[in-house]
Amino acid sequence: MMLFMLLFSRQGKLRLQKWYMAYPDKVKKKITRELVTTILARKPKMCSFLEWKDCKIVYKRYASLYFCCAIEQNDNELLTLEIIHRYVELLDKYFGSVCELDIIFNFEKAYFILDELLIGGEIQETSKKNVLKAIASQDLLQEDEAVEGTLRDIGLL
Amino acid sequence: MYPYYEPDWSVLPPENNRRFNPAFNMATIRQAFTEAVERVRMPTPTRLRDLIRQIRAARTAAEERAVVNKECAYIRSTFREEDSVWRCRNIAKLLYIHMLGYPAHFGQLECLKLTASTRFTDKRIGYLGAMLLLDERQDVHLLITNCLKNDLNSSTQFVVGLALCTLGAIASPEMARDLASEVERLMKSPNTYIRKKATLCAFRVIRRVPELMEIFLPATRSLLSEKNHGILITGVTLITEMCENSADTLLHFKKIVPNLVRILKNLILGGYSPEHDVSGVSDPFLQVKILRLLRILGHNDVDASEAMNDILAQVATNTETSKNVGNTILYETVLSIMDIRSEGGLRVLAVNILGRFLLNSDKNIRYVALNTLLRTVHADTSAVQRHRTTILECLKDPDVSIRRRAMELSFALINAQNIRTMTKELLLFLEKADPEFKAQCSSGMILAAERYSPNARWHLDTQLSVLIAAGNYVRDDVVSSTIQLVSSSPVAEQTYITNRFWESLQVANHCEDKQPLLQVAVWAIGEYGDLFMYGPNEDEFERPNESDLIAMFHKFLTSAQVSITSKQYALVSLAKLSTRLQNCVEEIQALITSFGSHLNVDLQQRGVEFTQLFGTYKNLRPPLLEKMPPMQISRISSQNGESSGSYDDNSPDLIENGIGIGDEQLGKESNMNTMGDNTNILLDLLGGTDLTSPTATDLSNSVAVQRKNSKNANETSNNQAILDLLDLDISASTTTNTATNMNNVLGLDLSGSLSTSIPTTTATNGNDLSSIMSLSGNGLGGGGATVSGSGLLGSNSILAQPGNGLISDLGSPVANVTPPTSNNAAVPQGPTLTVLDKNDLLVQLVPVRNSDCLQIFMTTTNNSTNTLEQYVFQAAVPKVFTLQMLSPSGSVLPPGGIITQEMRVVSTSNAILRMRLRISYFVDGQPVVEQTEVTGFPDATPE
Repeated sequence: MMLFMLLFSRQGKLRLQKWYMAYPDKVKKKITRELVTTILARKPKMCSFLEWKDCKIVYKRYASLYFCCAIEQNDNELLTLEIIHRYVELLDKYFGSVCELDIIFNFEKAYFILDELLIGGEIQETSKKNVLKAIASQDLLQEDEAVEGTLRDIGLL
Repeated sequence: MYPYYEPDWSVLPPENNRRFNPAFNMATIRQAFTEAVERVRMPTPTRLRDLIRQIRAARTAAEERAVVNKECAYIRSTFREEDSVWRCRNIAKLLYIHMLGYPAHFGQLECLKLTASTRFTDKRIGYLGAMLLLDERQDVHLLITNCLKNDLNSSTQFVVGLALCTLGAIASPEMARDLASEVERLMKSPNTYIRKKATLCAFRVIRRVPELMEIFLPATRSLLSEKNHGILITGVTLITEMCENSADTLLHFKKIVPNLVRILKNLILGGYSPEHDVSGVSDPFLQVKILRLLRILGHNDVDASEAMNDILAQVATNTETSKNVGNTILYETVLSIMDIRSEGGLRVLAVNILGRFLLNSDKNIRYVALNTLLRTVHADTSAVQRHRTTILECLKDPDVSIRRRAMELSFALINAQNIRTMTKELLLFLEKADPEFKAQCSSGMILAAERYSPNARWHLDTQLSVLIAAGNYVRDDVVSSTIQLVSSSPVAEQTYITNRFWESLQVANHCEDKQPLLQVAVWAIGEYGDLFMYGPNEDEFERPNESDLIAMFHKFLTSAQVSITSKQYALVSLAKLSTRLQNCVEEIQALITSFGSHLNVDLQQRGVEFTQLFGTYKNLRPPLLEKMPPMQISRISSQNGESSGSYDDNSPDLIENGIGIGDEQLGKESNMNTMGDNTNILLDLLGGTDLTSPTATDLSNSVAVQRKNSKNANETSNNQAILDLLDLDISASTTTNTATNMNNVLGLDLSGSLSTSIPTTTATNGNDLSSIMSLSGNGLGGGGATVSGSGLLGSNSILAQPGNGLISDLGSPVANVTPPTSNNAAVPQGPTLTVLDKNDLLVQLVPVRNSDCLQIFMTTTNNSTNTLEQYVFQAAVPKVFTLQMLSPSGSVLPPGGIITQEMRVVSTSNAILRMRLRISYFVDGQPVVEQTEVTGFPDATPE
């Protein structure tokens, strides 16, 4: 089971955080700070895994963004790389060649996509198409509401 | 490969970016409308997008904080005013602020209000906020439980989906209990979108509250017969969790092995399915999950393993390995093969896959392979051995974590056959290794050489090479083990290695960055100086002349870069050389005398003491500085041979031993806690390691003597003799100041040698003993008790760790010395009752009858390698007795540590004393309680 996922930039700015374990806020901040410093200090030729406390950290850099996951001892770290990659592919499909700014300005969408891929730290859907379909339908639902709301506001409905 | 690998990000904000957006048209319309509305309604809150832009525009942290604080104040005010129109937008902004690390807890309740809204947009942001802002301590959980319960019953699948997702992320045990039945109902939903989410929620619920597993069991039955991969993967995940939780459930699910095998077979043999394909592999996520479940089901189960052997072999051979995906599956397959009762051939296949991984260009795969090999090496050494060369190659890997793993694995692979080649490779590695590796690697090599060395010369050479290669990073145990090794080697080898040491010292810089080598080398040169200079020279080494040798010592002793410890070695070595060399005694004397005024107290003391050996006590010098008997100390067997040897002959060798090993101890002093070496109790007593003042030395010596002595008493009462001998010496040494120390170091041994010849000296015993005891401020408990004045013992106490070996070794040889009669009442003489000898914990009682009570001395010795904490010894006696317990000497037992406690029992009748004991302590944080009952005490009635 994945314990948490963090996205942060090369400058160490947090871009996304998803916690599947209940840590107090303070602990979350401490973990984030520790991991961000550790990972940013690692050289590119080093492998993507760290042993950290009693879990394993798997991270991968995509352009200026680091994707970092904590998994349990029994989990497959290579598969976690695949999960990260799948998430990146989904973001890419959704935003159309995703960039860090997309994730900054649409962070809620990035969360929604992650929530359609993982629940409770485990994969719920292995088909990219299904994930994107679910996101698109929910976006549509929001659009409908927005249009309806606006029309009501200006008195057309 | 992928467009997002490109570093050149688009700099335009997304709204100016003309890339495809599925909601583009709709968004434009909405925006137009919203803007129109906003023009009418003033004022409107900043949009999320604008806030982000403002924050990003801030140049300094202070500026950013100002923007955030202003916005937070605004958001708070809207929350107070119960503004529901912009709540969604404000929460979204708050979530962004939260991600920047600012406090956002005041938004928790607003999130819940959003989730209760009827609009989907509100719910979506509300639940997102709940997942980010709530943690388990919050009392708002009751509210969110209600919201979730409502939404789990919604007719819109996406609303149900949101609720399930939230539950999966933040379910606390209470929420899990409250909502488990809802989740179970949704697990049976015909809608796959809801069903897969509900299944993972069930997984989460069981994680938090394992007892709830029962209610989900029936619903799992149909999960594996689905076609939908989402349902399959979540189902397998749920079943895996259940199997890991309880053995009964594991048994229950054994029957699904054929189903899993079939699903897996379909995946690898079925045709191309674009939906689930990842670089040519069909749904690797599902495959890995199934393999993992198979591993759990087949663990220690011959039948289940049999059923999955074939499919594992198929996966192992058919998986495409050019990409990470394929290797992911292979890796999981190898883990499964290793964990179940698989066929031998399959295991070889698995190890070979790992061998291939080691050659992979991807560092992650090499790392994983080394890790897995490290886990399996003990089960299947021969198979791993075949990949030895590849593993050794990994020692040169640019990635430090891979090198570390490779080093660990290399040590695990060393055996008697490959020790030569492995050592050669590891030496190469050691030379170039980062400092952090050097200590571990050198100690590991020494251990391996100790276990598997083919012959003495090779072993000595290896030891030397390690000392050279690791330089100052060598741990102190390597120094002592090398000295032991040299000392126990045959004469020819001693000559050889001393010459080698000399050669290595010739190389420049060795004295500064290779101090451990220097220490060992000067020790050997001092000890075997005569062999080295004048013995047979079979290997045709070039020999220095005496003045060169002295010049070298002079260089070391005066160099500022050489540590005090190394100088201590060198000084003792020089003193020894004075009896080994033929000509240069005056030079040596001059050099040693010059240390009589050295700034370092220890070196000064040595200087003064050794100078005495050139003057008044000249005649004692040759016998005092004779060669040490071979040390047969082996760290593995924890025997303390050298002290037994010395007592055995009662010869002047004892002194040698004392001095020689005293130095060794000094060497260790710098790093005392590295080794729990229970070798040289005798020696650190003699070495005078904490020489703050002469009296302190006296004390530490006498304390230590008592300590050793009382330990012996556990086993034998004969040790009285030693006690007496040592006392004698110490009493003599209380006379003057500077001379005292020398006497103390040397005289101790003198008395040892005198013991047999002058039995009359024992007459003074009683007095001395008591004076020592009063000095040390500790009741010498006697047979069972030890002195616990840790302040006095100082650093010695750490080193002076008792071992069984010592006790028995000391005990037996001493037996031939007639025990003098002692009239000291404090020394108990009674039977020793061993009340507990369990888990390497030895508790003994020594009852001593006194005029008015029965004193019982309790000694607890920790012979294990763990530290026992909060040690409490409690005793109870029948009512006719009164028991007084004095405070114990401590409550923490380090490995080899001792705790003593005195009890006094007074009887009011003639009843026989029975005692019930309760011993409790913590080891590794686990409490341990032992209870026992003791009888067999001598009569407790006062006479």
